[in-house]
Amino acid sequence: MLTIQTPEAVMFWFLAPLAVISAIGMLLVKKAVHSALLLAWVMITLAIFYIAQDALFLGIVQIVVYTGAVMMLFLFILMLVGVDASDSLTETIRGLRPIAITAALGFGGLLVSLIGRATLGREAAGLVDANSEGNVQALAKLLFSTYVWPFEVVSALLITAALGAMVLAHHQRSVPRATQREQAIARFRGASLGSAAGLPNPGVFARHNAVDVPALLPDGSAAPNSISATLKARGDMLESTQFELSEVDNTVTEEK
Amino acid sequence: MNPYNYLYVSALLFTIGAVGVVVRRNAIVVFMCVELMLNAANLTLVTFSRINGTLDGQVVAFFTMVVAACEVVVGLAIIVTIYRSRRSASVDDASLLKR
Repeated sequence: MLTIQTPEAVMFWFLAPLAVISAIGMLLVKKAVHSALLLAWVMITLAIFYIAQDALFLGIVQIVVYTGAVMMLFLFILMLVGVDASDSLTETIRGLRPIAITAALGFGGLLVSLIGRATLGREAAGLVDANSEGNVQALAKLLFSTYVWPFEVVSALLITAALGAMVLAHHQRSVPRATQREQAIARFRGASLGSAAGLPNPGVFARHNAVDVPALLPDGSAAPNSISATLKARGDMLESTQFELSEVDNTVTEEK
Repeated sequence: MNPYNYLYVSALLFTIGAVGVVVRRNAIVVFMCVELMLNAANLTLVTFSRINGTLDGQVVAFFTMVVAACEVVVGLAIIVTIYRSRRSASVDDASLLKR
């Protein structure tokens, strides 16, 4: 016979609405990162529910696997694809949203009313007996006796998934990589011999040698090709002229 | 309060996830909604395990988590591959077979 204590009821009525509101917010927010954070919160709530329901092992696994590994993987891919690639919330298929919401109301209403009407025919049992020797021990006993075959199949599934991800991530070159010899020939047969010996290093030596300052040519002008094209495009480039002798403060301060 | 209340939460979360899969256009958000549906199913399994007084539901929920982890790995790899070739993570852009 299962009796639910008041603390669990308080926890439930506090966290369950929060979980549902966060899940709805997940659909409404524009940015994918915010969706991911709301989903992480829903998963933490579910972990608390698991622990409250005597599923200690699953609660910890939920936090470690879902909020830890899976959500970090999601955020990692989001960063890779571009955080500001925000979802356009305009519907592309006409009438999709009203239909989806109507169908969801119908489906949700059906589920809720079914759960409300269904009866198990007996009292809820609770897990006190099943967990008497510890939740993890009892789960391990089941996993390695009754469910040992599904367990092995799942391990095969994990290996297959890892292999599949490797195959998908494998990137075949369309053009063979240029050898050192080919690179040298291309340098000398290029548009000008000026770059044959390599490009000038950035920085005004003895004054400032940072990568964002163009080097000075013998005639005193700045050498634009001594700076990385990326820095130039970003506008993160300093003027060499500010490091000229006349500009620099030459007064020697005596160290005490 | 009785443990059946957890089932209502789970039904609501599952429905919200289903709406998200249909309504959202960003493939990653669609994928997160699938995860939400899987989690809702897990909550059902754990609750029924408690109601029935056996741990079988928890073992099945454990298997669901493993399958979900596999699914995330392969699914995100597919999304990255599509993004690499089409520069977009929107599910509406991957409609080459239509024309």
